[in-house]
Amino acid sequence: MTAGSTSKSTPLLQVRNLRTSFNTPDGKITAVAGVTFDIHHGETLGLVGESGCGKSVTALSIMQLVPNPPGVIEQGEVMFDGTDLLKLSNKEMQAVRGSGIGMIFQEPMSSLNPVLSIGRQITEPLEVHLELGKAAALDRAAELLNMVGIADSRQRLDDYPHQLSGGQRQRVMIAIALSCEPKLLIADEATTALDVTIQAQILELMKNLTSQLGTALLIITHNLGIIARYADRLNVMYAGKIRESGTAEQVYLNPAHPYTIGLLNSVPRLDRPATDRLDPIPGEIPDPSDLPTGCAFRPRCRWATTQCEVDEPPLEATGVQNGRTDAQPASAPALVACFEANAVATSIEMART
Amino acid sequence: MTAGTGTASASATQERTDTSSAPTGTPLLSVRNLSVHFPLKRGFIVQREVARVRAVEGISFDIYPGETLGLVGESGSGKTTAAKAVIQLRKPDSGSIMFDGQELLGMSNSELRPIRRKMGMVFQDPYGSLNPRMRAGDIVGEPLKVHGLAESGDDYRTQVSALLTTVGLSPGMAERYPNEFSGGQRQRLGVARAIAAKPSLLVLDEAVSALDVSIQAQILNLLQDLQDQYNLAYLFIAHDLSVVRHISDRVAVMYLGRIVETADSKDLYENPLHPYTQALLSAIPTPNPRLEQSRTRIILQGDLPSPMAPPSGCHFHTRCPIATEACSLTDPDLRQLAPNQAAACLLATGYDAAPSPVSRV
Repeated sequence: MTAGSTSKSTPLLQVRNLRTSFNTPDGKITAVAGVTFDIHHGETLGLVGESGCGKSVTALSIMQLVPNPPGVIEQGEVMFDGTDLLKLSNKEMQAVRGSGIGMIFQEPMSSLNPVLSIGRQITEPLEVHLELGKAAALDRAAELLNMVGIADSRQRLDDYPHQLSGGQRQRVMIAIALSCEPKLLIADEATTALDVTIQAQILELMKNLTSQLGTALLIITHNLGIIARYADRLNVMYAGKIRESGTAEQVYLNPAHPYTIGLLNSVPRLDRPATDRLDPIPGEIPDPSDLPTGCAFRPRCRWATTQCEVDEPPLEATGVQNGRTDAQPASAPALVACFEANAVATSIEMART
Repeated sequence: MTAGTGTASASATQERTDTSSAPTGTPLLSVRNLSVHFPLKRGFIVQREVARVRAVEGISFDIYPGETLGLVGESGSGKTTAAKAVIQLRKPDSGSIMFDGQELLGMSNSELRPIRRKMGMVFQDPYGSLNPRMRAGDIVGEPLKVHGLAESGDDYRTQVSALLTTVGLSPGMAERYPNEFSGGQRQRLGVARAIAAKPSLLVLDEAVSALDVSIQAQILNLLQDLQDQYNLAYLFIAHDLSVVRHISDRVAVMYLGRIVETADSKDLYENPLHPYTQALLSAIPTPNPRLEQSRTRIILQGDLPSPMAPPSGCHFHTRCPIATEACSLTDPDLRQLAPNQAAACLLATGYDAAPSPVSRV
């Protein structure tokens, strides 16, 4: 992988013990409950999980876009390029958004301003962050539209969002997000609302542009396939915490956390012969205002023991050898938050043979 | 290459031995040349038709008792409109819909009523499709009342309890309101309601698309159990091709209002004949990083054309990676290219010599 090789130095983004909660009438909901991870320069990291697992709130916390109230970033550190974003003023943070970190959301129609031409929406950050003049900004905007694959870019600058298709709107969002050449691009379910063939176009575009520009990419999605295709490393989240973390090969080929194993067994696989029945995770996603004690996955886990009811398992290297199909030896060991990781690995190994 | 080719060829040999899965007897539902158009009207007092969206244009398919037909396509392909026409929520402009031996087109509402009982529908949005002011038990039991299927109050309650149990909910939940249920439980309620009047056909319109994967798998298993138990036929509409392969016996692929390919599920996924099907399949990322590294993908250029002004000839030619000039002139019909597979592509091998219309749809 190309991205990993340049990453020996300090990571671009270091999230440490991030904790974000919301005060609701039903009580306090801790959406992100102590999350720690790094993103290196130029690398693509995936954040995967089901609804309510805290993946989007993690991204919003990094960008400091969590609505307050009811949201509060309770603790943690978000070191981006040497500064702790959580200590910045609103104004300083404004400069980071856009020029330091760009972000694309799921719904391009609601992220774009319907009454401004797309040209105006692309030139605005150029004028604000890069202090370009009007004419220069327009030239650059046309260049950017070209870059994201919109033909006749000069003419299209005068178009309004409603005149574009969903895929084109997402292309415009990418152009805006990359306009000030940020070091990190966050894509939060950016292709979820798009049709399959358009999704493929947008993902390829995002991957090509970020690797061309050396931009790091954080892909947030519930789609396990997208992460497998595009991410170098990934974090699997469940109920506000990272449960497993490693390279795509480590996590997909030798999943170690019962939740990751359950997720991979739940999806019908095009890469395998058709099966008669799926093997879903039993039960429901827990109510975030009333999480189980100990490990939050415990009630749905078939390996759970009494220890899992009491203590929270830390995210750590398992010491379990990653099977026979080893990933590159240079990569760090996968991290798993599970007391029973060894037992799980043994029973998976037994089921295989 | 990697594991991908290995498994594909392995299951291909396996498949050759059991192509006898073709259903026999008479189809439960037989749709022929179904067209649904939406007129676009202009004018305030005197309205005139200025254009016509051909949402569904001359599609044909059969569904046999107890089998699942998957209908896939992207937005605007007409799959939902086709389903609505089948269950008579939308009047078709032309064609024929034979259900259980009766022609539905031209029937009056009172004639349709007893037939509607035999067709259930489950919608995508488990939040929007359940009345928030009704208790779960009444939502599930409403079809029993409408069709007079309960003999007494006690019988009604017994049937509702049994329905809730069948879909994996507890009878005690009958008193709750929809907002007290999770997304997966609400979809279970939707399924219970759909099967309440003991239908023989269920139309499932993106019924699992809005659910999280761990819950989606539970509902898919439930649907399969119900099918085995009651010999239900499913028209399963979805855009997710991996889910469709999992649940369907046969699959029809739609593009801009037409069926461009139809085949037994195995054949379609192992050997797609239409370039659109090929592109769709290659566009889906699989949860297998090694395979993903080695796979070649067909990235289609451009957007879906507007269904108001579809391209001439083959509707797909504007985005097709192999289109020739002939494709912009001739509109290909669906032809039988293999025993259980038909495609509408001028460039498909054997297309010229193939019979038309298709023998099995």
